[in-house]
Amino acid sequence: MMSDVVKFHFDVDGSDFSSAGAASVSVKKKLRQLGYSPEVIRRVSIAMYEGEINMVIHANGGTADVEAGDDKIVIVLSDKGPGIPDVELAMQAGYSTAKDHIRNLGFGAGMGLPNMIKYTDDLRIDTVVGEGTTITMTVLL
Amino acid sequence: MKVKALCERLGARVLCGTADGEFEGVYTGDLLSRAMSRVEYGCAWVTIMANINVVAVANLTEPALIVLAEDVIMQEDALSAAQENQLCVISTPMSAYEICCAIHEMAGE
Repeated sequence: MMSDVVKFHFDVDGSDFSSAGAASVSVKKKLRQLGYSPEVIRRVSIAMYEGEINMVIHANGGTADVEAGDDKIVIVLSDKGPGIPDVELAMQAGYSTAKDHIRNLGFGAGMGLPNMIKYTDDLRIDTVVGEGTTITMTVLL
Repeated sequence: MKVKALCERLGARVLCGTADGEFEGVYTGDLLSRAMSRVEYGCAWVTIMANINVVAVANLTEPALIVLAEDVIMQEDALSAAQENQLCVISTPMSAYEICCAIHEMAGE
C-alpha cells in the first residue's frame, strides 16, 4: 500500500458541539484516499469519533494525532481536562457522567470507551485527575 | 429496496438529497454511540434525532439514507451539513415502529 507512515494532526474544538466529529470525518476521508480497507476505516472512524466526542463533552477539547502505516494505525487523543477518577468504572458499558443537555443531543449512552475497546486492537489510557487524559488506540491491519 | 418506494410507502418527503438510490437493511435508534457501531453502510437509519451530530455519525457510517420519524424537522445547520455531504434525509409522520413494519413488509414483497 505505502511504505511511509502518514501523520495527521487536529485541534479538537471543545466549545462547539456542531463541529464535534470533524477530525474523525477528515481522517476517514484521508484513509480512504490512502487506500485502506473499508473495515479498517470503519474501526478507526468509530474509535476516533468516540474519543473525539469524549474530549468535547468532558475536557473542553484537545488534540488528535493519527499515524497511518503499513501494519497499523495509531490514534493519540490528548486533553487537559479533569482526568478520569475511576477508569474501571468509566470502561463499563452504560456508565456515563454526561449531563442532561449532552444526553439530549444523543450522547451519553455510556458506550464511548466500550466502543473504543471493541473496535481497536489496543487501547491505553494515561490519566491524571486535574491534569488531563491521553488515550492511545492502535488498529492493526 | 428503492428509496423512492420507501418514500411512497411512508408518505415521506425528501428533505435533502435524492430518492433515486437504494438501501439494504435498517437500524433504528437515537443514541449516537449505539448508532455509530450499528448503522451499516447502505442501510436506512431510522431516528428522531435530527441535530448536526446525526450528520457526523452518518458521514462516518454511510447509511443510504436517514429516515426521520414522527415528522421531526431537521435543524437548519444539520440540513446544510447533510446537503454538503450529499446525504439523503427523508421525514415521515410515522413512528419508528411503523417505519420498521413498513420496511419489513416491503422486504417480503
